[in-house]
Amino acid sequence: MSEFIEFSLLGLFSGGVYALIALGFVLIYKCTRVINFAIGEVMMLGAYFYYTANVIFGVSPLEAVVLALISISIFSLIFEYLVLRPLSGQPVVSVLMATIGLASIIHGMVEATWGSDTVNVPRPFPSMRLIFGDVLVPGSVVTNFAAAVVLIGLFSVFFRYSKTGVTLRATASDPVTAATLGIDIRYAQRLSWVLAGIVGTIAGVLISTASGLSPLLSAGALSVFAVIILGGLDSVLGAIVAALAVGWMESIVVGYVGGKARDVVPYLTVLGILMIRPYGLFGTRQIERL
Amino acid sequence: MRIGVFHETYASEESLLDSQTQRAVFAVFLAAFLALPLYGSDYVLAMVCIVGIHLIAVIGLNIITGNTGLISLSQAAFMGVGCYSVAWAARWGIPFYFALPLAGALTALVGVLVGLPSLRVKGLYLAIATLAAQFILSFCFREWESVTGGVGGIRIPRAYLFGIELSGDRRLFYLIFSCVFLLGLLACNLSRTYVGRAFVAVRDRDISAEILGVNLLRAKLLAFAMGSFYAGVAGGLLGYFYGAVTPTYFDFGLSVFYLAAIIVGGLGSVLGSVLGAAFMTLVPEVLRVATDLARPWFPGLAGLLLPMGQVVFGVLIIGFLIFEPHGLAEIWARVRRAFVLWPAKT
Repeated sequence: MSEFIEFSLLGLFSGGVYALIALGFVLIYKCTRVINFAIGEVMMLGAYFYYTANVIFGVSPLEAVVLALISISIFSLIFEYLVLRPLSGQPVVSVLMATIGLASIIHGMVEATWGSDTVNVPRPFPSMRLIFGDVLVPGSVVTNFAAAVVLIGLFSVFFRYSKTGVTLRATASDPVTAATLGIDIRYAQRLSWVLAGIVGTIAGVLISTASGLSPLLSAGALSVFAVIILGGLDSVLGAIVAALAVGWMESIVVGYVGGKARDVVPYLTVLGILMIRPYGLFGTRQIERL
Repeated sequence: MRIGVFHETYASEESLLDSQTQRAVFAVFLAAFLALPLYGSDYVLAMVCIVGIHLIAVIGLNIITGNTGLISLSQAAFMGVGCYSVAWAARWGIPFYFALPLAGALTALVGVLVGLPSLRVKGLYLAIATLAAQFILSFCFREWESVTGGVGGIRIPRAYLFGIELSGDRRLFYLIFSCVFLLGLLACNLSRTYVGRAFVAVRDRDISAEILGVNLLRAKLLAFAMGSFYAGVAGGLLGYFYGAVTPTYFDFGLSVFYLAAIIVGGLGSVLGSVLGAAFMTLVPEVLRVATDLARPWFPGLAGLLLPMGQVVFGVLIIGFLIFEPHGLAEIWARVRRAFVLWPAKT
């Protein structure tokens, strides 16, 4: 029983980082109807920025995070302007391939610049581990979870109360009406890319402090599809709930079946959900008209 | 010169090569191409064979994605299924001319299974469903050791025709390209049949297509079946070509590579598939040769080859999407038009 609780806790806590990555996907999807296959690479790029600032230039961790966020924002703006802007309104397959191409470019550039070896990244926050009776949760997992919770909380407040947040939500729910009400949709879409880049960078830094940083980091982001499909592509709440659910399930399956199952569980989940409930738990069902 | 082509019958208007000149040029090209093993170097021949194998898979993907508009990210996994089926068929002593269609049929079955979600979801959701299928299948390739040989891979016995061993690039060249021509011809003719037009109708607006009387269920699954049949045959040929394969060959990257090839070549066109497959296969080779040449001046360049290849790959995809959405096929058509209309301006 204590084993079950330990696996569950580990899973729920690691679900926090999934929620962050999923948030990055959902932000972009809601505002621009694009699934960003490059989010893993954005994560990785952001983590490398942090690594460069902190380890190579010796900036203090907090300032390094800020520097990384600023640089990833600039890069997100460039990506949006050069790649996504000219392709807006194109068929799904074109936009999808454009983000895959973007992923390939970022991956190649990161590997050319920083090499493909794994490097250690010092953690920006102090770590503490949790002990519940005889159940132990490692410190890095707890810190990551706490950081994810704080960040998601901040984002919810931002979306709920700030004027910019309301603008973003309006753009997401109905771009045309939002435009007639005087909202600059292009600005909102650009902003959603920047925000997704920021969320991704923080997720990347958190993951890389726990397990080291190498270009392989980006591959993990693809398994977050299970989360966003389960939660529904356009629901932030769904993404959070689904992230915890998927994290829990993964940990249970890995714990009882074996580590190899980690590669396949998210995708089996995706297929299952798509067959049973294609628009996820909280997603909006799309109605098509001619 | 190709001047004054006047069609007098519908048959002549519909024919694939519609003028005397075109037929003559194509015949010369075909003769020169089929004689390639006589004068081509080993390197050229090996590259051409690989292009041929990729070409079959790309044509198949173009039927699924280009013609029918269903995004598939699992073409590489389908190829893997074909490859392992051929490996087993060859072990049981089934000759290649039965083994290849058999592998194709088996892959088509898998393709239909993977295509099932396309009945409920489309667009991005379908892309993610096929992505999931790709990862699940490659997991099977790695872990189902009794069938696939696991990470170590599997050996494929040689193919024999009338007691002659089909080994070496020169003999396999004819095997590969007879498959290419057969399947290519089939794909060319597809767009002139009811099925092909139904595919295009589904791509352009599936609800309208259904109202017009196209059976969506049948059209979508048939597209997946056909596309994965092509992939299965390509995978089988790949098995015969290399003689041994490991599951890493059929990874997600290869699926993306195929999708990139149809975008660079031109969606929904067989000519586009040909150009795209050749172009995308040759670009890394050109890069490799270029770095080899530049080595005396930039010694550090060799280590950058792989990342640079990725960057070029991405730039090509995005560049074509933005500046030439109809791909190389459109460039080809423009060049041809310029020749036909010369000296008038296009």
